[in-house]
Amino acid sequence: MRLLPALALLLPPLMAASLMTGASSVDILRAGGDPQALLVLMESRLPRTLAVVLTGAALAVAGVVIQSLVRNRFVGPETAGTAEGAALGLLLVAILWPASPVWLRMAAASLCAMATTALFLAIIRRLPVREVMLVPIAGLVLSGVLGSVVTFIGWQTDLLQYVNAWVMAGDFSGVLAGRYELLWVAGAAAALAWFAADRFAILGLGDQVATGLGLSGRAVMRLGLVVVAVVTSMVVTTVGMIPFVGLVVPNLVSRVMGDNLRASLPVVALSGAALVLACDILGRLVRHPYELPVGLVLGVIGAGLFLWILHRRPANGQARGQAHG
Amino acid sequence: MIQITGVSHRIGTAPILHDITAAMPAGRLTALIGPNGAGKSTLLRLIGRLEPCQAGRIEVDGLDVGRTPTERLALKLAILGQQTHIASRLRLRELVGFGRWPHHRGRPGPADQAAVEAALDAFGLAGIAGRFLDEVSGGQRQRAHIAMSFAQATDWLLLDEPLNNLDMAHARALMARLRGLVRDGGRSAVMVVHEINYAAAWADHIIAMKDGRIAAEGPPEAVLTEAVLSGLYDTPVSIGSHLGRPLVLHHA
Repeated sequence: MRLLPALALLLPPLMAASLMTGASSVDILRAGGDPQALLVLMESRLPRTLAVVLTGAALAVAGVVIQSLVRNRFVGPETAGTAEGAALGLLLVAILWPASPVWLRMAAASLCAMATTALFLAIIRRLPVREVMLVPIAGLVLSGVLGSVVTFIGWQTDLLQYVNAWVMAGDFSGVLAGRYELLWVAGAAAALAWFAADRFAILGLGDQVATGLGLSGRAVMRLGLVVVAVVTSMVVTTVGMIPFVGLVVPNLVSRVMGDNLRASLPVVALSGAALVLACDILGRLVRHPYELPVGLVLGVIGAGLFLWILHRRPANGQARGQAHG
Repeated sequence: MIQITGVSHRIGTAPILHDITAAMPAGRLTALIGPNGAGKSTLLRLIGRLEPCQAGRIEVDGLDVGRTPTERLALKLAILGQQTHIASRLRLRELVGFGRWPHHRGRPGPADQAAVEAALDAFGLAGIAGRFLDEVSGGQRQRAHIAMSFAQATDWLLLDEPLNNLDMAHARALMARLRGLVRDGGRSAVMVVHEINYAAAWADHIIAMKDGRIAAEGPPEAVLTEAVLSGLYDTPVSIGSHLGRPLVLHHA
């Protein structure tokens, strides 16, 4: 099965559907002659569609990267303390320097996200390797603790509403031209990961193999942290946290294609984009002309997929044991 | 030549190696033998820079392992550690392909592909090269890891218990291939081996270790004697001979 061409064919119709779906009806083929329709298309629909595609692709790639850094499949950017770190950075800069320029807020969010993700990596290094489920649990605990720190600070400083916009279920309904462009930075960070795909794949084989092949684990680890933190920070600050993409998509793709990341990362990116786009369109259609936030739709669909993955994994392991026991 | 000078090592507070000085000759197959906990694997891991050297000095063909850049060392020596669980889902061909990484660093050429196919062929993996690591047996996985080290095509090959999980035929085939590489390919190999008769049958040079020290060192006839081995393993053994090589007898 050729996944890449199949996905490349699937995405354009989805994007076209996204351009046509919304409260006001717009015919994209005749928009050229209708200034009102053109305005809706260029200022709202197109930015929204691009934002969704960039977010889905970048989060899915970030998921692959964090999973190869921690060598555990049950971790995503939303369960590694990364999103909460980004929110913490935004909050701190909003308190300390309310009039700060956008680039500074982004830098603060990215740096904090990097720090909390590094903290997660430091914590799980001390966990027994065989206990696969301890890693995601540690991530959930860390995310929970960081989240409550953010909420506490937000509460104390009357910035809770501001905070909720980042940590609550993500939503693309507010995306307009001029208010989503930071997501291109997330897309660029994900593209950077593709150039280092072999390095992440080798790191996923373990420190021993990586060192034997002359690869510095630390350098790859730092690069991976940058990718995950930048992607997550840009997404969180622009549209809020989008759950399950970074967790589920890498698992599904790995099941079919394996972990040769040079080959699989483009498929991961397109799959993430298609999944989030489909969920966003669904959210716009369920109770048209009103909307469900995409975070909610993905929460339901993603959780279902994740349960399926959890259920399938041990079954495979058992079959393996029997075959060669 | 690998020259080890005054190497000591601790893990936590436990001393593992005490002031080891030894040499492993180039162009030979060297076997590290000794009881469990003697420090064989640690010594091999230090040579392969999988652990930082705490005290002393290790040189591989004149390159100081502690100071030579790791990517330079990856072209000089390949090390196969004891197998750990790998979570990645890779096809065998992809795993073996990563053995070429030090040569191409991300841009494999025709020479790299040829080396990968040759390594797969050499270990009887060509027929299952498209399978995932988690879809093959432990022995096939072990052979894939060894093939990856072969594909790295380095002057030195360091193998930590490569015979684990291998059946008699594959173990013998691996030893024959190693000796072929050493005799005809001008390469050098060092291996930690538990089944002492593999060392007796195939090794050119034997280093016996016990309690973090070198107990004996030399050609098989010099090291594999009743006195040395009985002391080494604290078990009475007798030595026979088979096809002109020593045969260690330790049954009942």
